[in-house]
Amino acid sequence: MEIAVHLLVLITIYGILAISLNLMVGMAGLFNLGLAAFYGIGAYTSAILSRNFGVPVGLSLLAGVALSALIGFIIGLPTVKLVGDYLAVVTMGLGEITRAVFKNWVPVTRGPMGLPGIPHMSLFGFKLDTAPLFLAFSFVMIAISFIFVERIRLSPFGRVLRGVREDEMGAQALGKNTYWYKMIALVVGSGLAGLAGGLFAHYMSFIDPSSFVMWLTFFIFLAIMMGGLGNNLGAVVATGVLMVLREGLRFAGLPPAVAAPLQQLIFGILLIIMTIFAPRGLIPEQKPRYD
Amino acid sequence: MLRIENLSKDFGGLRAVDHCSFEVPAGTIFGLIGPNGSGKSTIFNLVTGFLLPTEGEIYFKGERITGWPPYAIVRKGIARTFQLVRVFRNMTVMENMLMGPKHQAGENFVAGVLNLPAVRRQERENVRKARELLAIMGLERFENEYAGNLSYAEQKLVEIARALMTDPDFLMLDEPASGINPTLVENILQHIRRLRDEHGKTILLVEHDMNVVMNLCDWIVVLNYGQKICEGTPETVSCDPRVIDAYLGV
Repeated sequence: MEIAVHLLVLITIYGILAISLNLMVGMAGLFNLGLAAFYGIGAYTSAILSRNFGVPVGLSLLAGVALSALIGFIIGLPTVKLVGDYLAVVTMGLGEITRAVFKNWVPVTRGPMGLPGIPHMSLFGFKLDTAPLFLAFSFVMIAISFIFVERIRLSPFGRVLRGVREDEMGAQALGKNTYWYKMIALVVGSGLAGLAGGLFAHYMSFIDPSSFVMWLTFFIFLAIMMGGLGNNLGAVVATGVLMVLREGLRFAGLPPAVAAPLQQLIFGILLIIMTIFAPRGLIPEQKPRYD
Repeated sequence: MLRIENLSKDFGGLRAVDHCSFEVPAGTIFGLIGPNGSGKSTIFNLVTGFLLPTEGEIYFKGERITGWPPYAIVRKGIARTFQLVRVFRNMTVMENMLMGPKHQAGENFVAGVLNLPAVRRQERENVRKARELLAIMGLERFENEYAGNLSYAEQKLVEIARALMTDPDFLMLDEPASGINPTLVENILQHIRRLRDEHGKTILLVEHDMNVVMNLCDWIVVLNYGQKICEGTPETVSCDPRVIDAYLGV
């Protein structure tokens, strides 16, 4: 039972990451490979503020969201004009630089030793220090994130994002200032990734740089590709399925030295298969209806 | 309405447009013709802000628009289509159409997410306009179909209808009749004439089909190697020896 609750919490946290990446990649076509960086910035910001400076956890969580969004904005200013592969390379670089900072800025992040004793989430003085209580909170958070991004998708704003994804020049020819649409998608997506990071830090009570590696970005990419690019429900469901598969491998009786690389191998192969045979995902994006 | 003064564009060592000047008066259908590589599409891209000129100026409604970004030029009242269609393939025909209207309240992030009453009202009005235009183009049955699933000719019509959704004063059509069967071409021509006669729109078109150009245009500019070699009424242009030599080849 405890394992099931733990798994569900992780599914809600990674589900928020999937929604965030779906907004940037699935809807706006921004090939962002730096997701783990924004996730890590949210986690470290909230953890450090609450643990070292006694900032209330709700506020530190918001600060993590704000800093992730701000870094997204700063990175976006010169790079959002880049298309496809170029943006992927820049954001991948950001992911690696951020991880190096987490690892080497020892006075602040404690480097590879990680940050222990991160305070638990509390809401109006009520501590969410058990997994079921935290699950209820993280479920509310993913529900809010889902509704928020769905409203973006269904709005004329979201329609322009999809237009930019389909053909940026075509969208410009219809009078859309595509730069700012992409910028907003990047900032909102980064903020959501920061929220997921903050939740992770306060749930686990311990973080270290190994939680924010590039592999995580690929894992979430696989989830949104399986769920269907631009399809938020599909992305969350696929995240759940992949998480169950990932955790299930732990119980297959394999030695840890084999299980971890095997996991990565399986997900890597799945990602390649998806990219070749179903680049837009298994469940298509839903068509909006106009009455 | 549109004035081009001494416009030039270099791509490395290649001069695609060479000191070109002409003026498109309001309420006319204006043709731009010439052999492949003569600079027609480059002029389209320069006027609509997708390329920056090496030298020269572009004026629209008396205002200098040289160097403006494409979105600002569209907002000023210029719409265009492309030589190779650029529909949003994984979006429905209706979504393609709804990308057209300018100044949509719901395209603001906050207003869109909040789905304010003004957004819903404007959206309903835009859907109504889109359906009217789709019916004129004979595309109403494709409203909920992905644009990428339509034939090339149908996609071309979607692109024209979508450009009209921006409610432009000045419409630039890049080879609107290419790849379209004669019956549909006639429909498009009629619609283009109606845009001029009933709605007072000004149209600049690039077209290789000489029947279309001669029947439709009030005035024609002929380009060769980026230079204007002739301009005039269809009758004058078709008899000009320089045009016959460079383009018509008759």
